[in-house]
Amino acid sequence: MDLAFFSVQLLNGLQYGLLLFLIASGLTLIFGIMGIINLAHGAMYMIGAYLVYDLTLRLGNFWLAIMVAIPIAIALGLVIERLFLDTLYKRDHLYQVLLTFGLILVLNEAQRIIWGGNVHRVVVPAPFDFSIQLTDNMQYSVYRLFVMGVCLALAGVIYWVIRHTRLGIIIRAGAVNRDMVEGLGINVRTLFTLIFSVGVALTAFAGMIAAPLTSIAPGMGDSILITCFVVVVIGGIGSIKGAFWGAIIIGMATTFGAVLIPSLASMVIYLIMAAVLLVKPRGLFA
Amino acid sequence: MKTFKKTSLAALMGTSALISASVMANDGPVKLGLMLPYSGTYTALGEAITNGLKLAIEQEGNQLGGREVEYVQLDSEADPSKAPQNMSRLVNGDQVDFVIGPVHSGVAMGMLRVAKQTGAITIIPNAGLGAATNELCMPNVFRTSFSMWQDSYPMGKVAYDQGHRKIVTITWDYAGGKEDLAGFEEAFTAEGGEIVQQILVPFPSTEFQSYLTQIASLKPDAVYTFFAGGGGVSFVRDYAAAGLKESMPLLGSGFLTEGNLAALGDAGEGVMTTLHYAETLENDANQSFVSAYENAYGEMPDTYAVQGYDTGMMLVQALNVLGGDTSDKERLINVLANVELASPRGPLSFSDSHHPIQNIYLREIRDGKHEVVSIASENLEVPDEACQM
Repeated sequence: MDLAFFSVQLLNGLQYGLLLFLIASGLTLIFGIMGIINLAHGAMYMIGAYLVYDLTLRLGNFWLAIMVAIPIAIALGLVIERLFLDTLYKRDHLYQVLLTFGLILVLNEAQRIIWGGNVHRVVVPAPFDFSIQLTDNMQYSVYRLFVMGVCLALAGVIYWVIRHTRLGIIIRAGAVNRDMVEGLGINVRTLFTLIFSVGVALTAFAGMIAAPLTSIAPGMGDSILITCFVVVVIGGIGSIKGAFWGAIIIGMATTFGAVLIPSLASMVIYLIMAAVLLVKPRGLFA
Repeated sequence: MKTFKKTSLAALMGTSALISASVMANDGPVKLGLMLPYSGTYTALGEAITNGLKLAIEQEGNQLGGREVEYVQLDSEADPSKAPQNMSRLVNGDQVDFVIGPVHSGVAMGMLRVAKQTGAITIIPNAGLGAATNELCMPNVFRTSFSMWQDSYPMGKVAYDQGHRKIVTITWDYAGGKEDLAGFEEAFTAEGGEIVQQILVPFPSTEFQSYLTQIASLKPDAVYTFFAGGGGVSFVRDYAAAGLKESMPLLGSGFLTEGNLAALGDAGEGVMTTLHYAETLENDANQSFVSAYENAYGEMPDTYAVQGYDTGMMLVQALNVLGGDTSDKERLINVLANVELASPRGPLSFSDSHHPIQNIYLREIRDGKHEVVSIASENLEVPDEACQM
């Protein structure tokens, strides 16, 4: 591998990692603060992609579609939290796992009823619908660069909120000791609703901006879910910083693992997870 | 005396029950058990096969050999672990006359086990695993679809004849993908071509960027690939977006693009694939099939619909020959094996291993359609050397 292709692979790894971060950030927030293992996280990524596919067809504009789809995603999170999760907080984790597993089935079936079994696409939107020449024979879609930029910007915003706002302090405190936060007079119920809606919206948004780069197909969220759990476990549950570096590590490992050790490509992320857990059982940044 | 009476009465009743059962079997409806995916990733395939099958039987007035038809539809969920249990339910519970399925090769493995135990007549309308008509072949199992080898083997010679000498092959790391690549590689290297590298992507990942970068650095003359469904769409679109299509033509098995032309858009233009069907084939059977299918379902048929349709046509022909009499299983199997169809895909007959003998077409996507360039291999028979029955 010469330097040019090594650099392109670095770019590939970074881009994949940043997208993974965006998907995993919602998962780690919900997991860390609410203690809920949201198995339906991948299904929400899929719903985001399908929403933007559908709305782009209806409205004729990708950017407009995203503007409409985001409130829908937030509302979806709100409804699920208030109607279903709210009744289960007092119960054991297993009930929540069962509920969110059920949600996968319901959301997948809803997808099939509404949008059918065919594969769809979203056209890469203007003004990013062109490519730049990277090497002598390879081009790179500018939209991929744009997605990287969006992911980085969002990572910055999330980091700022968590580090430098009152809400961030509550979130960080909640991740460490939920009962104490409640004892200090914070309305945890409202906090939970907020966190869950934002978490769902982040994932769905990842599905939306990734839509032009992927194919929109039934079950597209199922495989991404497992990768996201690996990211969250490596980074440390509840840690946004951990999710960021975990995602970058997994993005790079997937990219370079595929090329350098193809026989282990499907295993490499799990090997990394096992190694991290051996050294730091609570993850890198927990 | 009393005992004798009782026994003879019982015997009499037994016999009459037997007679009425066999009369029932031939007078009642023909029961077709459909074991296809109606949920999950392969939903579209299951539905297309069902549509095609029902269309063929509808054209016969919803009858097979003069008998009414009853469908028992079971969602296979494309889940191999549920396959034996589902198949048993159809055969032993619903007592179907024919089992039609599956789409997924993993499910086929489970079904074949039950087919072996029960002798249930099984027609495979999709699953392309070679073993089903080779190592695992049995008299009561037929295939109306293809095997991975059959669709990819002809592309080897085509690629060589187009002047390609060094080729990279890429697929998912699973049995179906590897069988497909093996067919292509066998033919391509036999011609004198070289496989620069075989790339196996973890299934079902659709994150292709690093592999495309690798391909760009290897600089082969062309790339041969097998992906299907959403993965196929992603690969073709990523390949085009990476600007590789111009310098290295993309070749593939027809499943790369089948059923997904709309989702491919411009990225699909110029992609060449080999398959046993193309919707643009100009024969009478295809033209009337395409218009009938469009009328009935409001969309263009794809190869899966044709496979379902031919399954239906096979049953129509066989049961017409038998006058609807399915009681003699040996005869039924014999008649099925000798079915010859003027299918939408061209002439279709069956080999000794019950595998289709059919044309494989070279197709190129032009203006969003699979245009037929040539017949890549005429009346191709799959060797199935390990099959003994």
